Amino acid sequence: MTQQFDLLFDPLFRLPFVTGALLSVLLPVLGLYLRLRQEWLAALGFAHLAAAGGVLASLTALPMVASAMTLAGLGVVSQAAFRRGGNDAYAAMILLGWSVMLLGASFSHHAKMLGQALVDGQLYFTGSEHFWAALALALVVIALMPRLSPRLLRARLFPGQDQANGHSVRRLGIGFNLLVAASVGLGATAVGVIPAFALIFVPAWVAFALAPGWRPAVILAPALALAAYLVAFVGAMLLDLPIGPVLTACLVLLVPLRLLGRR
Amino acid sequence: MADALLTVTDLVAGYRGPVVGPLSFSLYPGEVVGLTGGNGVGKSTVLRALTGQATRFEGAVRRRADSRYAYQDQQPPEIQELPLRAGELLALNAGSLPTTLPARLNALLDQRVDRLSGGQRQLLLVWAALLHPGEILLLDEPTNNLDTDGEALLVATLSELPAGRGALVISHEPDFLDRVADRVVEVGRA
Repeated sequence: MTQQFDLLFDPLFRLPFVTGALLSVLLPVLGLYLRLRQEWLAALGFAHLAAAGGVLASLTALPMVASAMTLAGLGVVSQAAFRRGGNDAYAAMILLGWSVMLLGASFSHHAKMLGQALVDGQLYFTGSEHFWAALALALVVIALMPRLSPRLLRARLFPGQDQANGHSVRRLGIGFNLLVAASVGLGATAVGVIPAFALIFVPAWVAFALAPGWRPAVILAPALALAAYLVAFVGAMLLDLPIGPVLTACLVLLVPLRLLGRR
Repeated sequence: MADALLTVTDLVAGYRGPVVGPLSFSLYPGEVVGLTGGNGVGKSTVLRALTGQATRFEGAVRRRADSRYAYQDQQPPEIQELPLRAGELLALNAGSLPTTLPARLNALLDQRVDRLSGGQRQLLLVWAALLHPGEILLLDEPTNNLDTDGEALLVATLSELPAGRGALVISHEPDFLDRVADRVVEVGRA
């Protein structure tokens, strides 16, 4: 146990720790807006496409993170091109991504290892490209959300209002989904497919029940996720467990907090 | 007379095919124009054709160059669970909350919109359109779900419309249109 405790402060794990912390703040904020748009299944669809992109990258010797984010982004582009939205499209992405990931993994040992890591969730193996991508995305979200947030809220609550004055609601949706796809793609390759989905889905779900307003929700969701991540990181290190399932379990333990919400 | 905010000439509108029209009318600053007609004649389609949500098959719509729409849809958004205060919702359209609001709305500002009754939510959505800075106010069945006090509040507010604004109001209630509208236009099927 002492050896495991020492690992907590090992410089080798500092970068993965900070990368995971950045994703734990970034993904729940995006999750709030996905839930607002009633499109939370998109996170699972993009995560599976990203996983397929990661495995295909390992077969073709392309950069893994960029390929994963690109394939998730292609999901958004094709959805826009065919004008297909909603859960049917995201279900198709889940099925396509899952089958491509597992079929691709059967072609080489390295692809199989990568596919397994994407399923298990192994934050410890993330490198500097994950960190810089997470930092860049976090900065993009900080820069864009003050302008995007009211437009996304208006598009949900007053669907015809912005369109009436010549502002494209469709372009807004595509732009936001590209941001989500890139973030989920990065999250899936860093912490695993299901943990990335859990970071998007659970904190936003709890915040929707508990927060007294939108601004409190934007603070509460990432705060809950960060707390769960810190517990999961320490717990996984001390108990020598893969962080993905531990993080997912910690996030799921937050769900009963919804019962505290007043209806 | 000032330039019209909106001039609609021989408009035929619909979705896959024509639903309503031909219809012609104008809206001037300071004026409230009522649109009336039986169920299903396409009153809401007229507003949707103005806002780009329905197709214009024939005719012309000319909007004063510097004007914008403030639009309240007949179908309120389905809200099951949403952590948004009523005050936050109003500020989305208004930019910031005005210092003076009717007492009935003031009482709702800190409440979550998903915890309001249907009538309270309707009042809020109508006021969100009223607070929007758009010069052309489009209200589609604003009295749906409103109680007598809420309707009286709306009548009083529309009666004191600022000089630069005009309102196009759809209602199936002749009494309401009698009280608020300067003119009423009958809408017929295409």
